[in-house]
Amino acid sequence: MSDIIRTEHLTFAYPPDEGKDPVPALDGVDLSIRQGSFVAILGHNGSGKSTLAKHMNAVLLPGGGRVWVDGMDTLDEALLLEIRRRVGMVFQNPDNQIVANVVEEDVAFGPENLGVATAEIQARVAAALKAVGMEAFTLHAPHHLSGGQKQRIAIAGVIAMEPACIVLDESTAMLDPAGRREVLDTVKTLNRDKGITVVLITHHMDEAAMADRVVVMDRGRVVMDGPPREILVRMEELREIGLDAPHTVELLHGLRQEGFDVPLDALGIQECAEAILRALA
Amino acid sequence: MLKDITLGQYFPGNSLAHRLDPRTKLILTVLYIVILFCAKGFVSYGVVALLLLTGIKVSGVAPRALVRGLKPILFIICFTAVLNLFYTPGEALASFWIFTITKEGIVTAFFMVLRITMLIMGTFLLTYTTSPIALTDGLETLLGPLKRVKVPVHELSMIMSIALRFIPTLIEETDKIMSAQKARGADFESGNLLQRARALVPILVPLFISAFRRADELAVAMECRCYHGGEGRTKLHVLRYQLRDYLVLAAYGGVLAAVLILARLGM
Repeated sequence: MSDIIRTEHLTFAYPPDEGKDPVPALDGVDLSIRQGSFVAILGHNGSGKSTLAKHMNAVLLPGGGRVWVDGMDTLDEALLLEIRRRVGMVFQNPDNQIVANVVEEDVAFGPENLGVATAEIQARVAAALKAVGMEAFTLHAPHHLSGGQKQRIAIAGVIAMEPACIVLDESTAMLDPAGRREVLDTVKTLNRDKGITVVLITHHMDEAAMADRVVVMDRGRVVMDGPPREILVRMEELREIGLDAPHTVELLHGLRQEGFDVPLDALGIQECAEAILRALA
Repeated sequence: MLKDITLGQYFPGNSLAHRLDPRTKLILTVLYIVILFCAKGFVSYGVVALLLLTGIKVSGVAPRALVRGLKPILFIICFTAVLNLFYTPGEALASFWIFTITKEGIVTAFFMVLRITMLIMGTFLLTYTTSPIALTDGLETLLGPLKRVKVPVHELSMIMSIALRFIPTLIEETDKIMSAQKARGADFESGNLLQRARALVPILVPLFISAFRRADELAVAMECRCYHGGEGRTKLHVLRYQLRDYLVLAAYGGVLAAVLILARLGM
């Protein structure tokens, strides 16, 4: 399998306030994301995780270094549309990314911009809405939907462009727990059934636990990178950069200190409960 | 309070009025206004009223929603009625101080009120039964020929459809800001006009800031979905006139002719 996104010595700084030195938001990021994987990018506010996300479909262009999307250099302006078709982006506020007043017309917005033929757009819209489980809302007005439903519509809008990768830039941050569950289940299914690469930018540990791979960022650098079972149990290191380990890990850690023989890496609630039961038996 | 603003609100549905081509509905609305302004007497107004009632019935829109839409212009309606009532010369019926009510005045005032009411209701019917995107689509296609003289038709229709899309969002936001300010003791309901206008500043400032932030985020989101202007864009629904469009247009033409003849006869 090839890399869908690859960055090399990526640096970036936002224009500084007057009279101040520019603070780098990204400070030499080397990262490869394999086609079909589910990667969570974790980090505290200001760690550069959102800035990194915006480089993945050329919303921001590298200040230094390079970014390749499916082998295409994001600095090449001629490839811009193709890059953005390949990597779709879902943002934090669902209200600010829905363009149309009817669900199906919003989902059609991407393919319309790409100049897809009408019959094909209709097929794609139907398929995309089905993929996110919102086919019953085809003709609804988006502002009557819940936050989680709106985000699923936004995801459908991305899917309709038939991307290879979806980047969710803190897309669950404004949702209630039920809405978060909806969105996460949707992307998990898309990743598993359609092989779409998912890059989940988040600061929720339990969300990161769902991924195949966790990348932890701090001050514009990648500080940890590996499977969730290896990363999320490093409580001390996580705490140092302002992140809390998942509640399950904290509980298991506490139990271990009390002398119980439990593993640290039972990340899921069910798994954690079973591990504790085993230790008690 | 703010929930009463219904301007530009679309009620999804599947009636004949909903299924008509938006271009047809735009033409019909223009025709309707022409017919309304041609009407002269009771009979011709009756015909227009019948036309409007048929439209309401066919669209399945709750008449209550249409009446609610009249609320913001109630003042204009009353003002017009009073002006016409007192300032139309003719046969005096009653007079006191400097005011004289004439028979013609009553008739003109009645027709004026009827005309404004029906004008608003008729045009609201268009926005109630046509999704903003369909509406701007229709406008874009109807005005398409103007592209040749460098009128940015696509851009204008995009601006319009986004403005319409954000009306409910911004109304909701205004409500929220007002509640937040009220919770901290702001008073919007008492004082004279100047004081009330001043009380609005703490609402408008955050509303504007948030609108700009939304615009910025929306622009990025649109670019991420490959928006690059109207060039090479295709459509989910291509507008195509159906038989029903021709039939309704023909019927409207008939009504226009009838009203013109009736008005000519002074009815």
